[in-house]
Amino acid sequence: MSKFLHAKAEKNLLVLFLATFVTVSIGGIVEVLPLFTIESTIEKVEGVRPYSPLELAGRNIYVREGCYLCHSQMIRPFRDETERYGHYSLAAESIYDRPFQWGSKRTGPDLARVGGKYSNDWHVRHLIDPRSVVPESVMPGYPHLATTPLKMDAAAHLDTLKTLGDPYSDEMIANAQADLAAQATPDADTDGLLKRYPKAAVGDFDGQGDRLTELDALISYLQILGRMVDFTKFDPGQADR
Amino acid sequence: MADETHYDTHGESKPSADSPKTMGHEWDGIAEFNNPLPRWWVIVFMVCIAWALVFAVVMPSFPAAHRFFGGMLGYSSRADLRANIAETANARSQWLEPMKSLSAPAIVANPELLQVAMRGGEVIFKENCAACHGVGGTGSKGYPALVDDEWLWGGTLPEIVQTITHGVRTEDPAAHASLMPAFGRDGLLDRAQMNTLADYVMAISDGKPGAAQGHDLFEANCAVCHGPKGEGTKENGAPALNNQIWLYGGDRANIITQINTPRHGVMPTWQGRLTDVDIKQVAIYVHSLGGGK
Repeated sequence: MSKFLHAKAEKNLLVLFLATFVTVSIGGIVEVLPLFTIESTIEKVEGVRPYSPLELAGRNIYVREGCYLCHSQMIRPFRDETERYGHYSLAAESIYDRPFQWGSKRTGPDLARVGGKYSNDWHVRHLIDPRSVVPESVMPGYPHLATTPLKMDAAAHLDTLKTLGDPYSDEMIANAQADLAAQATPDADTDGLLKRYPKAAVGDFDGQGDRLTELDALISYLQILGRMVDFTKFDPGQADR
Repeated sequence: MADETHYDTHGESKPSADSPKTMGHEWDGIAEFNNPLPRWWVIVFMVCIAWALVFAVVMPSFPAAHRFFGGMLGYSSRADLRANIAETANARSQWLEPMKSLSAPAIVANPELLQVAMRGGEVIFKENCAACHGVGGTGSKGYPALVDDEWLWGGTLPEIVQTITHGVRTEDPAAHASLMPAFGRDGLLDRAQMNTLADYVMAISDGKPGAAQGHDLFEANCAVCHGPKGEGTKENGAPALNNQIWLYGGDRANIITQINTPRHGVMPTWQGRLTDVDIKQVAIYVHSLGGGK
């Protein structure tokens, strides 16, 4: 049979075309079709929101510095992992990550739920000189973050993400630049910010007062990681699939 | 041609017994070999495809309109996890169940439970506490040592449980909170007064009486929280100053910095991240490090 097909396909253009079409179609169906229904696999949870401008800036720094090379953000559904890091990661928790930061290697610990685990002051010291707080650490220091002023066109950034489908409101975009600064300014009026971005960590992250640095942004991002979902309202049975 | 051997470039190469067969056609003297894949390889390939099809039917595979196809076996790694957690909880219940209802001091009174709590507490400490307080609780600048018997917010078991549960200076309304005024930055004291005060604090930490001028300043500004003799008050988390244990360093520069612009350490709220039993275990472990007030 194979001999017949081979000879036929080599000499008959229509047969060659049809055989090629069928083969490519199977590949297309298997790889493309699931993307149309992929949303049905994302758990319904409360609390996941788009990143605040400062968190977004921090996330960009996280990607730029290659943190994902050593740190995963994916708590797998194994008992040892949930006992160490907390509830296993949900697909719903990564929907505003472009691209997601699940990672594939853990030289350092998983960071999916590092938000709130350490104080801002600890993060400052740890990022500037990891071995000053964790003597056995092999992480490089990032002291330049503390001295680099944060530069970001927050409104344009949010607008771009809105184009891609993230639900940033006009109000969020209008306030983006102000929110960027307010989140890291001590004693700033953050009522509006916290209404737009619930649970956001606010305060003087890097301990340098009004000065807005890349360290502020990165720590604000680390402090929200894994804190958005309210697991008291999460029904594991619903997502158990 | 230098030698007699010549290579025929116009076809006619005679196929030897082990050379592959051709497909039987020839264009411009170019024949196509027929090189079929080894039979074992084709069989493995076909079996893999068949396996994939079977796998897609019995295991979770394809996303569908409302939820993805869960597979005929109904396998779920998350259900597996839940079963695993339940099984482990059951195996541990012999020790963890009594700990749920007992207070930390009552657990310490039970030798068997104490042994479990110490081991469990050590594991929890290494994962959650050691990053700031150091492995073994040695502490560092800004992060209190837990191996001494000097406690900012109290060192009894219930006090340690309270501190771990709610944290220090967090959003938790039950968290410990206190703020030392920025005496220098906010202009409450001038430079000379801060110097005098620093000298006085250094004197009392050495067990000396200190100068009268410094004593007056101390009484007026510091004693309300740090105590009349600098012995500290745990209600305010105000460290004792009449000893050699320092949170931010005991040299003159560090003391003046702290009077000028005090730093306020933050400890996270652990409620929610750790279970109540976890907190009791780690409190018992921490309590044992310091000698146990």
